[in-house]
Amino acid sequence: MTKKLDPHGGGSAITGIFRNQIFIPFAALMLLAIFNLIADPSFFAITMNNNSAGYPVLSGQLITIIDNGSELAILAIGMTLVTASSRGQDISVGAAIAISGSVLLRVLCGTDTRPETMQAPIIVGFIVAAIAAMAFGAFNGVLVAYFRIQPMVATLILFTAGRSIAAWINNNELPIVPGEEFKYFGGYIPGIPVPTPFLIAILCFILTWLMLKFTNIGLYSQSVGINEKTSRLNGLNPELIKLTTYVILGLCVAVTGLIKVSRLSTINYSVIAKDIEMDAILAVALGGNSLSGGKFNMAASILGAYVIQFLTTTLYKFDVQATALPAYKAVVVIVLVVLSAPVVREKTARLAKKLRSSKTPAENHA
Amino acid sequence: MREGSLLEMRGIYKSFPGVKALQNVDFTLRKGEIHALMGENGAGKSTLIKVLTGVHVKDEGEIFIKGHEGAVQIRSPQEAQRVGISTVYQEISLCPNLSVAENIFIGRGKGLKVNWREMNRRSAELLDSLGIAVKPTQQLASCSIAVQQMIAIARAVDMECSVLILDEPTSSLDESEVAKLFKLMRQLKDRGVGIIFVTHFLDQVYEVCDRITVLRDGQLVGEYEIESLPRVQLVSKMLGKELDDMADIKNDSAKFTDDGGTPVYEAQNLCSTEGIKPFDFSIKRGEVNGFTGLLGSGRSECVRAIYGADPVTSGTVKMNGTPVKITKPKDAMKNGIAYLPEDRKRDGIVGDLSVRENIILALQVKTGFFRPFSKAKATEFAEKYIKLLDIKTASVNTPIKSLSGGNQQKVILARWLLTDPKYLILDEPTRGIDVGTKVDIQKLVLKLASEGMSITFISSETDEMLRTCSRLLVMRDRKLVGELTGDQLTQNTIMETIAGGDRK
Repeated sequence: MTKKLDPHGGGSAITGIFRNQIFIPFAALMLLAIFNLIADPSFFAITMNNNSAGYPVLSGQLITIIDNGSELAILAIGMTLVTASSRGQDISVGAAIAISGSVLLRVLCGTDTRPETMQAPIIVGFIVAAIAAMAFGAFNGVLVAYFRIQPMVATLILFTAGRSIAAWINNNELPIVPGEEFKYFGGYIPGIPVPTPFLIAILCFILTWLMLKFTNIGLYSQSVGINEKTSRLNGLNPELIKLTTYVILGLCVAVTGLIKVSRLSTINYSVIAKDIEMDAILAVALGGNSLSGGKFNMAASILGAYVIQFLTTTLYKFDVQATALPAYKAVVVIVLVVLSAPVVREKTARLAKKLRSSKTPAENHA
Repeated sequence: MREGSLLEMRGIYKSFPGVKALQNVDFTLRKGEIHALMGENGAGKSTLIKVLTGVHVKDEGEIFIKGHEGAVQIRSPQEAQRVGISTVYQEISLCPNLSVAENIFIGRGKGLKVNWREMNRRSAELLDSLGIAVKPTQQLASCSIAVQQMIAIARAVDMECSVLILDEPTSSLDESEVAKLFKLMRQLKDRGVGIIFVTHFLDQVYEVCDRITVLRDGQLVGEYEIESLPRVQLVSKMLGKELDDMADIKNDSAKFTDDGGTPVYEAQNLCSTEGIKPFDFSIKRGEVNGFTGLLGSGRSECVRAIYGADPVTSGTVKMNGTPVKITKPKDAMKNGIAYLPEDRKRDGIVGDLSVRENIILALQVKTGFFRPFSKAKATEFAEKYIKLLDIKTASVNTPIKSLSGGNQQKVILARWLLTDPKYLILDEPTRGIDVGTKVDIQKLVLKLASEGMSITFISSETDEMLRTCSRLLVMRDRKLVGELTGDQLTQNTIMETIAGGDRK
């Protein structure tokens, strides 16, 4: 009796896999990999070449994916938590990256847009930028948690104003950070052949894993996202928890901003991290997480982010024009999102079960 | 149709999957009377109203309305309105951003042209005739809730209704507002309108109504003239217990010994934002007591105030003689109070989370943000209580929402027992669960009390309260009106106290 009611109990390994959340992004990744393997196996080639600075680094399409997918994966961490607790998404992350990057440049370059040397250590610049990004995260969080404005509406404010604020911070000038050292964060550290953004991403994953293991942020944010009333009666402070997730997303924004700005040593206010919020939300959705909050699977979100980058890189590889890229991406995304919808997953699992039972009717009727 | 009747419902049947909501119910409304429709929750009051207003379509039976030949068919709220049945619900369904006149005339104009002057003039006349003191051009939101309620009634009256249904219209009004509403109701009655009045407040029924129809478990108990049905009888009819032949159930298992010690919990003048009158309350170690009263009498609100679930507005609280401040659930939890809420689905479970996570939630919050239990530890806790309370679940990973109601309740009980509370509040722990589980929970309550836990138990079923509680606090109309102990713990005295026999 209870067994029938329980989607996790009983059933074969097959239905179990279909229902496992990480299955969808994983299957998508495999499909893309197989497609590339058939179309052009050289996609997976990884070589050791000297880069422009003259030391050997790894290169290849896979390296491009883990390099360029890092920012999205880091953002997906914060976006997953925000989605879980506040049952909505922050659409201002792109604009917030512009602000945080702009703050970073302002600290590192001072008032001079073309300084000979850095005006402050990078760590100081990053800390100031992180504080700024977390403050803007808190701004969104307060609107959502305490004023109970829908997340998308609340974050629309920064989405609209953010890039102007970013430009204003540097008087609409484009300072350039001098020296090679700053480029390490978006490029390579001499002697290490792996792109630094990926290393930063790995560090973020470890920190996230530690955070989920050694604090209750996971349990609390899910609980608040699923049933706020119950959470309150169990002694939680739903407002504070929502606010916390927005501040964590702010920190993710600051890290992403550092990588983005470091890649160029400068900033382009209107282009930097453009549309990244949509990809970050998509990563969460591709991970099979409900965009209306509640339960989440962090690993699935992160994998989802890399699937998106894998797809983008694949499309570039096959010479899809940059302007046509979003259209192709959209088609693939529709298929993935529909497949990962709980309704479809449930149906697929049921279908699998049916197929099985029609093969062995005696077993089921016994 | 009989002479003088406005509305007759004959042999109404309505069932929903698994529930027979109405079985052979008759109802008659006469011209110029206020007719109370009474019954406990789930008795079929709202189903009957919904059949009458076309929200639900009846399975069987006939409805006759004065001025209409033969039986009428009511298939939608529009059709109900066309035959002259208007309804004013508890929640006001007007547009707060429009003017009073616009609200009265909305959806009734023909064509696109609006004659504002005419509309305002006619509204003014209508409001004047009913003695409602508002300007037609005033924005609705600027009126008090009571006035909005009356405007909704005025709108219904102006649509030439002969049958007016008022569904819990007084629940959000204060005493003076209720008086105004009653005045308006009497005026309409004098005009010949028949009013069906649905309410939980006994005092109000006896103040304004002419007749009472009582429903219980979807069946008609009877129709009575107000004079011929004293309160106590009304309560006994609603609860389905005859006063005379009721076997008194002796309280044999709860052994409460008054050791004269300091109460575990003691409150004075406690009051919350939920409209209850300030009350005093205390409970001793190992005591089981309970709040009783009809639904909506404020018993849940009292325990919510104790737990800090609703914002507390006044009162002093002592735990073991030491003053403490309990303003939010976390304070209560820290002081060893646990609260199992009335509405399991809304306030109790975290649906998508697993049984394990649901069990550890409260203790986890108590332990702290930076000290999460390991998965192994959490599983150990969960498995211990699954065994102890015999929770039927496939595994600790099963989402709680896929469990049956009784098992969900046990999980929430497990959640609180895990925190090892000194004082446990159970609000309707046995509602909507099967008999076996009910008995399990009652036994558990008594066992826990014998081990020294203080427990407050609320149940709609008086039997259950008598079996478990050694002291009962009786609520009526959001006020604590009596306290029963020892020999007073019988069905009869409870009902008399609920009904307010001392006053009427």
